[in-house]
Amino acid sequence: MRRVVVALLAGLAAASAFAVQPDEMLPDPALEARAREISRDLRCLVCQNQSIDDSDAPLARDLRLLLRQRLTAGDSNEQARQFLVDRYGDYVLLKPPLKTTTLVLWFGPLLLLLGGAAAAFAVYRQRRLKPAADILSPEEKARLDRLLKDDVAP
Amino acid sequence: MRWPVLVPLALFVVLLGFFGVRLAKMNEGDMPDDIKTVLIDKPAPDFTLPPLVEGGPAFSSTEFKGKVTLVNFFASWCVPCRGEHPLLAQLSDKVQLVGIAYKNKPEEATAWLAGLGNPYKMVVTDLDGRVAIDFGLYGVPESYLIDRDGRIRYAWKKPFTPDEIQHTLLPLIAELSK
Repeated sequence: MRRVVVALLAGLAAASAFAVQPDEMLPDPALEARAREISRDLRCLVCQNQSIDDSDAPLARDLRLLLRQRLTAGDSNEQARQFLVDRYGDYVLLKPPLKTTTLVLWFGPLLLLLGGAAAAFAVYRQRRLKPAADILSPEEKARLDRLLKDDVAP
Repeated sequence: MRWPVLVPLALFVVLLGFFGVRLAKMNEGDMPDDIKTVLIDKPAPDFTLPPLVEGGPAFSSTEFKGKVTLVNFFASWCVPCRGEHPLLAQLSDKVQLVGIAYKNKPEEATAWLAGLGNPYKMVVTDLDGRVAIDFGLYGVPESYLIDRDGRIRYAWKKPFTPDEIQHTLLPLIAELSK
């Protein structure tokens, strides 16, 4: 049973790992490694939340081949990336660049975290400053005293 | 007043505002998975494509000069293209209408046009989809309006609707043709 599960999992992993077909790969391993590295950060425009390195969409394959052509022609990683950004915009990058229009995207979460921490701190401090006596009403206090008096040590 | 309690409420209201604006835009047809073109006001890509039918004229981007052109990418295997196709006929006499068969076997694209009618002034074929990538295409049908100076002025990256043609495309063609 366990063997079947392992075999199935291995099959699944293999199926998802090899969107890049052998006939697409470059003969030069160093160049191929650069192509893989760049394509992991490029969005497949068809599936939109997969990189072109992971996607089986025909357009992703076209873009992988185009990227390899550019690298073979002597483009730097940055030039090859820019080639696609010129056509598809920043959206093709899975990591959005830091620009004035993306400031909220990059630093919004940090602001939220700091705001939350400040709010939590303020609430905590207010609670601590409040004298404990205020927490119980006179009736409650009387009841507590009664209970404590009745309590017999074991 | 214990003001910090209001912070989450304020954040929630801000979030509601964001969601509300986004939902309203979706009602107007602006979907979050639409990818906006970055080529507006940029020169159209340089290309020359072979004719769909052997012996017909090829089309080169130099022919954008002097004429307002609508480039329409289509394919016979594309179902939404079938829905869009009848709408294109009304554009034939208003604009230089160029059809580009995207990754389509020439005989299939030809049969498709023979069956549904051919609204295009010329039809060329982009067999490997390379020119389409220069336009930033990510699915058919897509259309690009190019002015007389060869600049892309408008892109519609989904099937045309009668409304879009009436209210956006035709007025823009009229303005560019002045």
